[in-house]
Amino acid sequence: MYPKRLWWLLAVLCLCIALYLGLGARGNWGFVLSFRANKLIALLLVAISVSTATVLFQTITRNHILTPSVMGFDALYLLTLTVLIFILGGQSFTQLPEIAQFIVNTLLLMGAALALFGTLLRRGGHDLFRMILTGIIFAGLFRSVTSFLQRIIDPNEFMVVQANSFARFGRVDTELLTLAAALTGAALFAAWRMRHRLDVLSLGDESAINLGEAPKSGMFQVLVLVSILVSVSTALVGPMAFLGLLVVSVARQITPVISHRILLPSAGLVSAITLVGGQMVLERALQSTMPLIVIVDVLGGLVFLTLLLRRKPR
Amino acid sequence: MIAIRDLNHDRDGKPTLREIDLTLQSGGVTALIGPNGAGKSTLLSLIARLIPLQQGQIMVDDLQIGVCANDVLARRLAILPQASDAAPLLTVRELVGFGRYPYHKGRPTAEDDEKVEAALATFDLLPLAERRLDTLSGGQRQRAQVAMTFAQETDYILLDEPLNNLDIAASRSLMRTLQDLARNHGRTIVIVLHDINYAAAYADQIVAMKDGRITHQGPAVEVVTEAMLLEVYGTSASVHHIGDKVVVAV
Ligand SMILES: Nc1ncnc2c1ncn2[C@@H]1O[C@H](COP(=O)(O)OP(=O)(O)OP(=O)(O)O)[C@@H](O)[C@H]1O
Ligand SMILES: [Mg+2]
Repeated sequence: MYPKRLWWLLAVLCLCIALYLGLGARGNWGFVLSFRANKLIALLLVAISVSTATVLFQTITRNHILTPSVMGFDALYLLTLTVLIFILGGQSFTQLPEIAQFIVNTLLLMGAALALFGTLLRRGGHDLFRMILTGIIFAGLFRSVTSFLQRIIDPNEFMVVQANSFARFGRVDTELLTLAAALTGAALFAAWRMRHRLDVLSLGDESAINLGEAPKSGMFQVLVLVSILVSVSTALVGPMAFLGLLVVSVARQITPVISHRILLPSAGLVSAITLVGGQMVLERALQSTMPLIVIVDVLGGLVFLTLLLRRKPR
Repeated sequence: MIAIRDLNHDRDGKPTLREIDLTLQSGGVTALIGPNGAGKSTLLSLIARLIPLQQGQIMVDDLQIGVCANDVLARRLAILPQASDAAPLLTVRELVGFGRYPYHKGRPTAEDDEKVEAALATFDLLPLAERRLDTLSGGQRQRAQVAMTFAQETDYILLDEPLNNLDIAASRSLMRTLQDLARNHGRTIVIVLHDINYAAAYADQIVAMKDGRITHQGPAVEVVTEAMLLEVYGTSASVHHIGDKVVVAV
């Protein structure tokens, strides 16, 4: 039953892609297509990275509410960006070649993400509310340091930070896109190869040990993958806030299973449909310049609240 | 053979197991009894490497706990913990199927599928096979858990209070299945029981624990006495002999 639903999702995605590429294309087809294809690839990469990172994160934290973004990753991104601009100066930061900016950003973020999530998991263990609280406190801390630094730096530099502080899907440099695709591709491949182990890990530590998997090393490997996925996609387009939570919650409704063989593709497809379809409707149908992520954020925030309030006490 | 030497264990800085020296020969059902908090679950968790060893040594045949590879041990020894936290979204068949994971690592063969069906049949779960765990009664869920442990087909099986929530028919049927596994298939079974009558009726030997120490070990007729009940549990129940059986009047 569920594999069939995956094919349906795939069909919807193909439709969205066709409309996104084809709708309202006038003039030089070759040029329009290559321009749109570039954006499309970026959208797909980000969509699948975010959904996969969220599923992985929820598997090792054993709940369906937490996501890397909720746990303070986005605030961490703004902090690293601000610190970078504070140290280098806005001028020299924007003058860095795009690819250098990307690499510096990604590396810093990966290190910071590993440290953040590692701490959260080690300290919070499997206590959901303690983890949420720690995440919120960390995020608050990062935000206050960020706004403190933003007060010190001059207004022009502040603009640079502002421009990067929410996700924008514009044209991405081709070289950059290739590098990002290679990195996320490798991480996604590794996650897919882990799919059966992830099923076992999601049963809980004791069951996993009994079945011959080591939860600690599994958790570490998953954290590395999550860090790569969120860092690359965030460095590419900006913070994604509630996107992961929204799409994974929807995917869990469509395919309510724990099997990652179904869940990973399902979440990836829902995520891709959300981004490509949403962008298509906004850009082509409504001719709007409103960033898609704003809408995703509102919806995702509502989902987060509902999940938290409806949570069955376990 | 399970051989435990000089085992000491603290939890939260409090001594939980003290100077445990225990040898369990291969084949046979061993019932582990003792009051709440005696350390029975801790002992089973240590044997099954669910919690790391602090002091002492545990050998399961030639495999040393804490040293041998996790997945090798998973094909030799299975544990059903006291409170297992299975994912509610799983169906009974999927849960039992996880018991075969140590062999197929995610790619079940036809043989694995057969063994899952056999486990479902043994524990009367075929009518419930497609039901999700969160729609089952407590006893049905418990049976599904036991069936998963059974499907793991290991030489050593550790069960922590598997009779929880089971009715008398399911309890007797489980104990008989365990007896059969031990007698006719050479399996070694260690089972934590609170009902001493079940222990006396089905186990080949009884090990009694109190305050982290082993106080008695031997066949039921030798271990189950009024003196033992008083010493280990601090309760004076009368013990009767019916034929060659011992029965505690509760
Ligand atoms: N996770 C834990 N953290 C700290 N202490 C624990 C933990 N689990 C058990 N203990 C303590 O260790 C001691 C032994 O507990 P254990 O669970 O082994 O007892 P038990 O014999 O299985 O009891 P029961 O019959 O109630 O299941 C108890 O004093 C208990 O309070
Ligand atoms: Mg116990």
